Amino acid sequence: MLKYLVKRVLWMIPLLIGISLISFFIMHLAPGDITNNEAAFNPKASEESRQKLRELYNLDKPVIVQYGLWLKRMGTLDFGNSFASHQKPVFWQTTDKDGNVTKGMIQEALPITLMINILGLIITLSLAIPLGIIAARKYTQWQDKSITLFNFIGFSIPGFWLSLLLMYWLGVMNNWLPISGLHSINYESLDTWAKIKDSISHLILPVIIPSVTGLAGITLFVKNGMLDVFHQDYITTARAKGLSEHKVVYTHALRNALLPLITIVGLSIPGLIGGSVIAETIFAIPGMGKLFFDSVLMRDFPVIMGILTIGSTLTLIGNLLADLAYAWADPRVRRGVVRN
Amino acid sequence: MTSCGKPNQDTTGYTKTFPVESGGTLIDATIGEPSGLIYMVAGESAAAAISGNIFNKLLKYDKNLDIEGELAESWLISSDQKTITFKLKPNLKWADGKPLTSEDVLFTWKLVTDENTRSPYASDYQLVKKAEAPDSNTFSVTYDKAYAPALDSWSGLQVLPKHLLEKQDIHTTAFARNPVGSHYYKLDSWTHGENLKLSRNPKSVLGPANIDKLITRIIPDNSAQFLELMADNIDSMGLDPIKYSRIIPARPELQKKLALYKELGNSYTYLGFNLKHKPFDDIRVRKAINYAIDKQEIIDGVYLGLGINIASPYKPGTRWSNPELKPYPYDVEKAKALLKEAGFADSDGDGIVERDGKPFAFEIITNQNKEREKSAVLIQRRLKDVGIDVQIRAIEWASFISRFIKTGDFDVVVLGWGLGLDPDQFSIWHSSQNQPGQFNFINYNNPQIDALLEQGRLELNPDKRMKIYHEFAKVLLEDSPIVYLSAGYGLTAIHKRVKGIDSPAPPAGIGYNSHEWYIPEQLRRAETGRNEIAEK
Amino acid sequence: MNKALFKKALSNPLAMVGFIIIVSVFILAMLAPFISPYDPNDIDVKAILLAPSWQHWMGTDGLGRDVLSRMLHGGRISLLVGLVAVGIATAIGIVLGAISGYYRGWVDTLIMRLVDVMLSIPSFFLILAVIAFLTPSIWNIMIVIGLTSWMGVTRLVRAEFLSLSGREFVLASRTLGAKDARLIFTHLLPNSLTPIIVSAVLGVAGAVLMESGLSFLGLGVQAPQASWGNILTDGKEYIQFAWWLSLFPGLAILITVLGYNLLGEGLRDALDPRSNNK
Repeated sequence: MLKYLVKRVLWMIPLLIGISLISFFIMHLAPGDITNNEAAFNPKASEESRQKLRELYNLDKPVIVQYGLWLKRMGTLDFGNSFASHQKPVFWQTTDKDGNVTKGMIQEALPITLMINILGLIITLSLAIPLGIIAARKYTQWQDKSITLFNFIGFSIPGFWLSLLLMYWLGVMNNWLPISGLHSINYESLDTWAKIKDSISHLILPVIIPSVTGLAGITLFVKNGMLDVFHQDYITTARAKGLSEHKVVYTHALRNALLPLITIVGLSIPGLIGGSVIAETIFAIPGMGKLFFDSVLMRDFPVIMGILTIGSTLTLIGNLLADLAYAWADPRVRRGVVRN
Repeated sequence: MTSCGKPNQDTTGYTKTFPVESGGTLIDATIGEPSGLIYMVAGESAAAAISGNIFNKLLKYDKNLDIEGELAESWLISSDQKTITFKLKPNLKWADGKPLTSEDVLFTWKLVTDENTRSPYASDYQLVKKAEAPDSNTFSVTYDKAYAPALDSWSGLQVLPKHLLEKQDIHTTAFARNPVGSHYYKLDSWTHGENLKLSRNPKSVLGPANIDKLITRIIPDNSAQFLELMADNIDSMGLDPIKYSRIIPARPELQKKLALYKELGNSYTYLGFNLKHKPFDDIRVRKAINYAIDKQEIIDGVYLGLGINIASPYKPGTRWSNPELKPYPYDVEKAKALLKEAGFADSDGDGIVERDGKPFAFEIITNQNKEREKSAVLIQRRLKDVGIDVQIRAIEWASFISRFIKTGDFDVVVLGWGLGLDPDQFSIWHSSQNQPGQFNFINYNNPQIDALLEQGRLELNPDKRMKIYHEFAKVLLEDSPIVYLSAGYGLTAIHKRVKGIDSPAPPAGIGYNSHEWYIPEQLRRAETGRNEIAEK
Repeated sequence: MNKALFKKALSNPLAMVGFIIIVSVFILAMLAPFISPYDPNDIDVKAILLAPSWQHWMGTDGLGRDVLSRMLHGGRISLLVGLVAVGIATAIGIVLGAISGYYRGWVDTLIMRLVDVMLSIPSFFLILAVIAFLTPSIWNIMIVIGLTSWMGVTRLVRAEFLSLSGREFVLASRTLGAKDARLIFTHLLPNSLTPIIVSAVLGVAGAVLMESGLSFLGLGVQAPQASWGNILTDGKEYIQFAWWLSLFPGLAILITVLGYNLLGEGLRDALDPRSNNK
């Protein structure tokens, strides 16, 4: 197992270098740099002051030198400071000589996005698994068909449109849920119980809407997995032995059908992180997606690079965890019998 | 359920009059989060809106756009017109109790002109050759030659505390997120990505404001912001013409609680030609296009009537705007005649005019601004009527600037310029200002205009100065390097619980007396959490 | 793809529905210039934001343009974006997958590592960055979506090639001295076509949604050109007032994407040997 782990971790290194290369060179397709943001386009701004900026950030150096400088820093997890946001550190907090701590931008944004996505994933799974089982057991019957149709509609609906409709319906017309943001204005003055309630009510829409759109894939996966298992010999044997249908489904079939799900969840991470852009913009949530979008519009290179790298690394870690979980659940992998 | 969200809001109360009282909370929203609250290096409008409540300036514009003292009690211009001496008001204090003196002003000037400070606003202050603080109440600046926009520039510089910023790196200092100022409000908390909370500064140098707390929520999506306004979770929001004149008036429940304000905008939209590109170097072509565009149609169609035609680049009604100038009328025949004169004719009968066998076709580029996009669409149709084939592209801001404006790789732009309160527009129109990254990107070059702009900077007598700029606007209109499309109104909705707002808006706009606004106790939002409200 | 299979796919009612939806959407889009009641760019400032009526079945937008006409013409753009983007992705996927699966060895390793790298970068971030950095145009949008979504097809084609190359008919022609190109084009590729088609059909659904998402962020098809994504985005500001501006394009996207998904899954089911014995 340890050997397997080490191998998997080492395997991530060339991937990381590939990721950094791709993201770095894509960014240098970019016309324009930080000195072009809206604030700089002010009749009172001078070109010299912008040139000064460029030199300060090494934007005047050849691309390859810039890449080298950046790769060097990446090795120490130092993504530098943001161009646009008053020199905030991109990744992790720094402390200045007076002991003032400035939090890193990713440090602030990442937990929010992770929390929302993990909650969303839990909801997706807790809906998708039962739905998938029902669909498999009632294969081609009306239950299966209506689940499939419902899932497809969720999968096909433009997320921001659904969000706005629900915000209007639940937030304005009925006043049941807050419309945007993570906390109420008076959050600090609430007692603990009210704080929890406040947070939950703010999270309901941003968590549920992406889950609905993500439901289809996983439900289908569970359903197909179950169908596969139903037709394997040991299930037939189990049925033949007279085990109850309940037992067949929930102990034998489900266990085997859920195994590959681990991998699917691991693979869905980049999609979840990427998908956060639109949701976070609509719901005014200061997470990774919003941060990335702002940085792209501001040409804030260090932040873009930082997020691409950290986002991809998270994906790699997610895949690693999924593989490890898989290996743990399926002893054949551990022994190196089957892989791929 | 709908009504229980608003417990103590007796709707009739919104129209009643109340005595002025202090207290209450005003909530507004911003699309973008400020990068920091030191305006000279932050620069974006989100920062300006908030830092303007925290820091004072030496001078300010009053209700009628005349300059008056803010930190300065008086100012004196020397007889050679090169030196301005400011006397500060006595006993000024920072919010932390330390005295605010001319040393602070001097420090701020040094900071903004320091070569390590990357401020987009430095150029005005770099013209100061000598700045002194001879005593704690006096600050004086000397220019090489008379500089007429000087007073305006001192109404723009927010004074920073020396004792907290000395020896700090202005670009990384924690002060930017934890500022100490001297104005009506001080920053209480800043929750990244969520909100900034300001509360009254008891030591405010101009006396206390009425409203206790100002909260600015960060809501990046406009439609979400409007939903929050409808749900009464924010008190004020800038509106577009459709929301202002169609949506809110059509909904009685919104009309009941929202007051709408309209003020002359601070900017205008224009169509600008790249004068280096043929055929826009030909004044007949520029004039033809000017005549061919129906500006009233743009005002009606895009701004729903909430804008005005302008003929000079100044706020209409202010002294700098030349009242004798009239915009180019919409006149298709004249446009066609001018095009013909310039050598354009439709020889192959395809509806598009040609010159030397080349059809007259160009691309209008604009940034992603709904009003500008729509204006471009209307222009496209009108130009087609006179045989010009126009394509439109709306481009995201940063690539718009770097790809097209800086490289000069464009034919025609639809853009906007802010209407500053000082008439000096040297950086926009002077022929020396056409380097990449400078603002005369249309490459305007007119010796007469250059001379007037130089003259205007030297003339301190307001009446003589006015004549110069009236002449400037006249020449500019005649030469038609840009087509003025419209100056749209600034449109705002503010909850009716907020009282004390001047209506109709004075020239300086409704915000000029926001410290006098007040929220009667009876109309305030409940201070409890919204969940508890919903349960009642 | 063989006819029997196609028939079988369409015997699945959901797939049939999907097929009908897509065919009708295509017919409407193709006929747009003939059946549009108005010119999609015809402005009428006196008819701004009119609710649906007999004159304007889907109402008018902020410039008084007829929404129905814009929907029909916008449909062409949205479908074009979807098809071209997926076309690009599929072409790249087939080429790289074929090379990888046929030649194996270090080329295979290299390509597969590239796939791994591309898959681990959140694709929406990648698209966003590239689109914002290029000058926005509908061609760039198609190219970028295409360039960032070829990985699935590559893996698919590679896997098909790997499994096919062990089959008898391939081994036979190889021993008979068939050239690589001939082998690839006459044997391997045609036999991998069906899964490629399934993945392409599903890919179009994703690309249409992607375009609407990019439009929401202001990076999609640019005004004044109509696409469902940007009609919907224009309408989102006034969703509580001018509901027709967001309802119709929203439904159009929903129905079209649904059609592609239903058809794609229906085809997949039909291909699936498992469904033969049920």
